[in-house]
Amino acid sequence: MAAQTGNEVILLAHGDGGLLTHRLLEKYFLPCFDNELLHQLTDAASFPVEPGHMAITTDAFVVDPIFFPGGDIGKLAVCGTVNDLGVSGAKPLYLTASFILEEGFPFASLEHIVASMAKTCTEAGVAIIAGDTKVVGRGQADKIYITTTGVGYILPEADLGYRRIEPGDCIIINGPLGNHGLSILLERESFDMNADIVSDCAPLNSVTERLIREFPSVKFMRDLTRGGFATNAKEIALQAMVDVRLDEKSIPVDDSVKGITEILGLDPLYLANEGKFLAIISEEEADKAVDLLQNDPFCTKPSIIGTIGAGRGDVFLKTELGGTRRLNMLTGAPLPRIC
Amino acid sequence: MIAFSDAHLGRIFLPKLIDLAHKTTDRLGRPLILMEVCGTHTVAISRSGLRSLLADHMELRSGPGCPVCVSDQSDIDRIIALARLPGVIMATFGDMVRVPGTESSLEKERALGARVEICYSPREALSLARDNPKNEVIFVGVGFETTMPAIALTIAEAQKLGLNNFTVLSIHKRVPPAMKVLLDDPELRVDGFILPGHVCTITGRRVFDFISSEHHIPAVIAGFEPTDVMQAIYLLLQQITRREAKTTIGYTRLVHEEGNEKARMFIDEFFEPVDAPWRGFGSIPESGMALRTIHQRFDAASRFPIEAPPSSPPEGCACGEVLRGKFKPPDCPLFGEVCTPSTPVGPCMVSSEGACAAYYQYA
Repeated sequence: MAAQTGNEVILLAHGDGGLLTHRLLEKYFLPCFDNELLHQLTDAASFPVEPGHMAITTDAFVVDPIFFPGGDIGKLAVCGTVNDLGVSGAKPLYLTASFILEEGFPFASLEHIVASMAKTCTEAGVAIIAGDTKVVGRGQADKIYITTTGVGYILPEADLGYRRIEPGDCIIINGPLGNHGLSILLERESFDMNADIVSDCAPLNSVTERLIREFPSVKFMRDLTRGGFATNAKEIALQAMVDVRLDEKSIPVDDSVKGITEILGLDPLYLANEGKFLAIISEEEADKAVDLLQNDPFCTKPSIIGTIGAGRGDVFLKTELGGTRRLNMLTGAPLPRIC
Repeated sequence: MIAFSDAHLGRIFLPKLIDLAHKTTDRLGRPLILMEVCGTHTVAISRSGLRSLLADHMELRSGPGCPVCVSDQSDIDRIIALARLPGVIMATFGDMVRVPGTESSLEKERALGARVEICYSPREALSLARDNPKNEVIFVGVGFETTMPAIALTIAEAQKLGLNNFTVLSIHKRVPPAMKVLLDDPELRVDGFILPGHVCTITGRRVFDFISSEHHIPAVIAGFEPTDVMQAIYLLLQQITRREAKTTIGYTRLVHEEGNEKARMFIDEFFEPVDAPWRGFGSIPESGMALRTIHQRFDAASRFPIEAPPSSPPEGCACGEVLRGKFKPPDCPLFGEVCTPSTPVGPCMVSSEGACAAYYQYA
């Protein structure tokens, strides 16, 4: 990038809509996010729609640090939105991406992040078809914030909702919990721990689509991001007015995550994940669904971890010792900006 | 799998423990009450489900074992007042941030512009001081004998680095003096104590001998895995059924008769015992640890003498009673209704090791 001399960091002028903004677009965003709809270069992208229901979601990403083992803010910004659509029973089609850059942000980092977004879009089978860039003065934002909005169509086979959850259903997760939250924490703090914790950040839409298409009894899905598994389980229990009964023994947590969270006094059930989701499915189809997950590259150690019982919104965990404890929502964890 | 953290062993052992609990209760002719004097035990007992498994057979009551919880309201107010001083960076363990003072909390002060940094280790506070030479970094030294050696080492390092913008506000506490006050209470009814394993790693066993020799109550020093706690309870029940009272070590992996002399020498080099206020107890002689005068330059209390406004514990809050073992958390009228982890009234609901938080989160 020697040719970038004098231009190696973002200047306020890159956000003024003038020549530098144009160059930023031409040099970085358009080549990376290359697709016909984006190349329309009009004020709004237009695209045909399928008959039926559409789904739309939006999410802002402010993760600190912006690069972490297993991903970066760009990959996260694509996965987060794609996964929200996926667990809603939608097939994601298009994203928009809006960037807020801090004056002085290195181009090399931007290039890395944009390339990572493009790669993740390819993996997820979606395209970024509209975007925006603003630059704010030094200190007025922290490096880079990204907002993505995603649209998709609801799969015709999908029938998801709290109303379908009933006693006897099984709860499945697609792999070990806590890796993303812990990797961010370890990256941010200087613990001098020789731990190899990698974020699980991954697009889940292909596996959620396969589950929905193959198993009519998939009744509900949720990605297990902020608040972790426990907070989401509690929310589902309350919304569906059922009890969630979990078996600690069958909840997968990597040994390294278990060890470090124990030292730090954290609970993996409350740490954020960016490539994990839970599915609630009838008992009859649960084992077959786990088999399907087993063959997916983004699922490791998928398991049935509990069942739904009649109740009033409680989450009970049967501990390895054989006792019971209640799980509640996360309160006041001192770890902001995990996504 | 290491044996002491093996849940399978615990499941095998449990019926034996319950069997002995029945025999003990029969002998006593009334329900059995044991007290754990360490917040980490409180959490381990609740989180592992041990509390639910033993609920029908004994009562496990929490004592003054959570350092954040026993910090007096006046100390919390002082920390908040220091955080408001211009140029100050308040460095603290995370549990302290949400503890409500009389009018505010560090969390609120941070939102209003104070610099409050959460540290997992006191050495992070040293880095803060090095990286921010124009600021004064005050580290909130809170904890029992277990925490003090690390803080002492940090001060020694600050000395070596010649840092003059790093101080410690020492509200450290010593466990034995509080145990003495607790035991002098004629209303206290406890059949045995589960003693804090990591505190005893530093202090040794002998300093707690008075519990059995003077007060005739059995005490066992316990580790922190559920099976460690079960073993300690079993050893206590054995003593109770045999009508013995000894202070013994269950946590033999780490605790020795004399403790860690080197760590104590470090503590002694930097700190000296002073009378200190405890929530729920009032002032307890020689229960606090202040920085020695020769290390005054690292002492936030002398470097920033401030008059904290008069403080009073929150109205209706029974944290004091909980810490003295008089109330179980659900006995507090505010518990679970007004006072929850997201809207805490007292510190026992804030700290992850607080008895109220443990009951609320896991019970």
